[in-house]
Amino acid sequence: MIDIFKYTIPLDDWIAVAVEWLVGNFRPQFQAIKMPIEVMLNAIDDALLWLPEEIVLLAFLIIGWKTAGWKVGLFSIVSMAFIGFTGLWDETMTTLAMVISAVVVCVLIGVPLGILSSRSDRFEAVLRPVLDAMQTTPAFVYLVPVVMLFSIGTVAGVIATIIFSMPPIIRLTNLGIRQVHPELIEATYSFGATKRQVLWKVQIPLALATIMAGLNQTIMLSLSMVVIASLIGAGGLGVPVFEGLNSLKVGLAGIGGLGIVLMAMVLDRITQAMGTKEEQE
Amino acid sequence: MENNSTSPQERLRVESAFKIFGGDPEPAFKLIQEGKKKDEIYKQTGLTIGVHDASFEVYAGEIFVIMGLSGSGKSTLVRLLNRLIEPTSGKITLEGQDITQLDTKGLVDIRRKYMSMVFQSFALMPHLTVLQNAAFGLEVMGVAEKKRNERAMDALKQVGLDHVARSYPKSLSGGMQQRVGLARGLSVDPDIMLMDEAFSALDPLIRTEMQDELLKLQEGSTRTVIFISHDLDEAMRIGDRIAIMESGRIVQIGAPEEIMRNPADEYVKAFFRGVDPTNVYKAGDIATKTQVTFPLHKAGLRAVRQRLNEFDREHAYVLRKDKQFVGVVSLAKIQATLEDETINSQDISPAFLEGIEPVHEEATLQEILPKLTSYECPVPIVNSENIYMGTISRHLFLKTLSREANIEETKTEETS
Repeated sequence: MIDIFKYTIPLDDWIAVAVEWLVGNFRPQFQAIKMPIEVMLNAIDDALLWLPEEIVLLAFLIIGWKTAGWKVGLFSIVSMAFIGFTGLWDETMTTLAMVISAVVVCVLIGVPLGILSSRSDRFEAVLRPVLDAMQTTPAFVYLVPVVMLFSIGTVAGVIATIIFSMPPIIRLTNLGIRQVHPELIEATYSFGATKRQVLWKVQIPLALATIMAGLNQTIMLSLSMVVIASLIGAGGLGVPVFEGLNSLKVGLAGIGGLGIVLMAMVLDRITQAMGTKEEQE
Repeated sequence: MENNSTSPQERLRVESAFKIFGGDPEPAFKLIQEGKKKDEIYKQTGLTIGVHDASFEVYAGEIFVIMGLSGSGKSTLVRLLNRLIEPTSGKITLEGQDITQLDTKGLVDIRRKYMSMVFQSFALMPHLTVLQNAAFGLEVMGVAEKKRNERAMDALKQVGLDHVARSYPKSLSGGMQQRVGLARGLSVDPDIMLMDEAFSALDPLIRTEMQDELLKLQEGSTRTVIFISHDLDEAMRIGDRIAIMESGRIVQIGAPEEIMRNPADEYVKAFFRGVDPTNVYKAGDIATKTQVTFPLHKAGLRAVRQRLNEFDREHAYVLRKDKQFVGVVSLAKIQATLEDETINSQDISPAFLEGIEPVHEEATLQEILPKLTSYECPVPIVNSENIYMGTISRHLFLKTLSREANIEETKTEETS
């Protein structure tokens, strides 16, 4: 039998060369991308850590209560206080800062991309495989180029998180806008609306519930990624999990994991309520 | 635009508008010139003819109904008028401006200032309140919030919905939702309101109510309504003129009675099967002046009797000099009065039949029916100035019915 795989494609070498070429020639540009994220992340992180714990807990109570009712408010304050009592308050605040920074960037980039792809079938066709790749590539795979381009640390972790968690908000923005009933669009045009008016007065408001569902998923994905990001030196709740894994401290890994789960539940309930609230109106 | 005081003011003129769907229209035009039909053209080129050479004018203040079965191109035609669908060729003139030549900005301007549209599916914005929906056209125009809410509220009052201004459309019934759609169309104060099967999704009772509402709103207004419908009864009820469409062409345009009396072809005739003619014809349409009339100032009992004998008639219709209707006298009553010698034979008034009231020419045949059966003489018909317009006898009435029945019979014979 002939071994048809005797000759292999040196794809691994090509990728290595490509990344090295990027690193060699564009590292300053990539470092520049880091800048605004770093500024935002540090500001949020500093603020959360500077604020007295009671104020942050109270904020969770009020936000949860206002958006999703007193039950969620109560659940939020109890969960966050519980995390604090396990001794992981500072890590939790860092994780929260990472998630907020990552999600802000995801929204700033993802919503416009979603709008664009809702307006152009061709753009959507090009974007779709990219989004598939972003979502399915194992997170560990792009940690390597991220480290090479952005070096290690919390900011690099946030960048990896952004890449991993952006697809849902793009997809659901696109979907939400495309789902707006064509009769409504036609009616809007019939009254002499411009394209921009159609977008802002009809498409975005009616897609908002779906966009919020995308935001919710983006937050959930980013929470799962910040743990992995601790592999490349990012701080936060991933650190105790990673440490626990390395030195078989099952208790440490356990409280770290529990902290992430509780925070995920709190953020999920709050953002989900935001989405359904839009829908009810 | 010329404003001629005798003829109504023209609002919109469509000249040989075509819409061909599905790519380069040239091959279809070639086949159209060869006289090929819609189906053949589709088979040969894959092009669909939505609208085929439509030409018509619409005037200020009228309700112009475009009627046809589904797929006849009526919804496409109405969308050519505000270019929600781009016409392939043809000219559409509004206020002296050919709107097919306008750029986006000009088109947006026309849509904002001159036109509004009401949709079959209502197409209300679920995220906006009733008031915000009614104000939507004004918001798009850029009218300040306070001002547009005032105007929207006025429009809601016109359709009787001001009390639910703060509700969301979802909480309203279908009929109420379409009233909001109507208010949205009215609040921009359009010259032309396009209504695409606006009442078709409503149940029959509500539908009739909405038709009345629309007629009421149009009273004394110069607003033009172009109304798409597949329902003949609706078209007959609200239309000042009707255009009938078949596979993209307008096959006939005219007033309802005109089309009913002289349908252009079998397709048009087919529409009228099952329509009750007594609801369509007005008294003035069939009244004839075959009865004996007599001027009041010359009416002596003997003179009238002689005239009736001469024409071999039983009744005489007495009119004033200016043709105003006074009353009906019968031969029998004249005879009886003449026998009473105490009465002056120059005074005709004792010979009048009692309880005869003339019918207005706008009344439907349905409304005449009771009088037709109870009066001993043919029913006198008058106009709004009480001027005598003729009479309707039982014989004439039955003849009208049977003529409509004949159209149906010939139709069934041909199809069987």
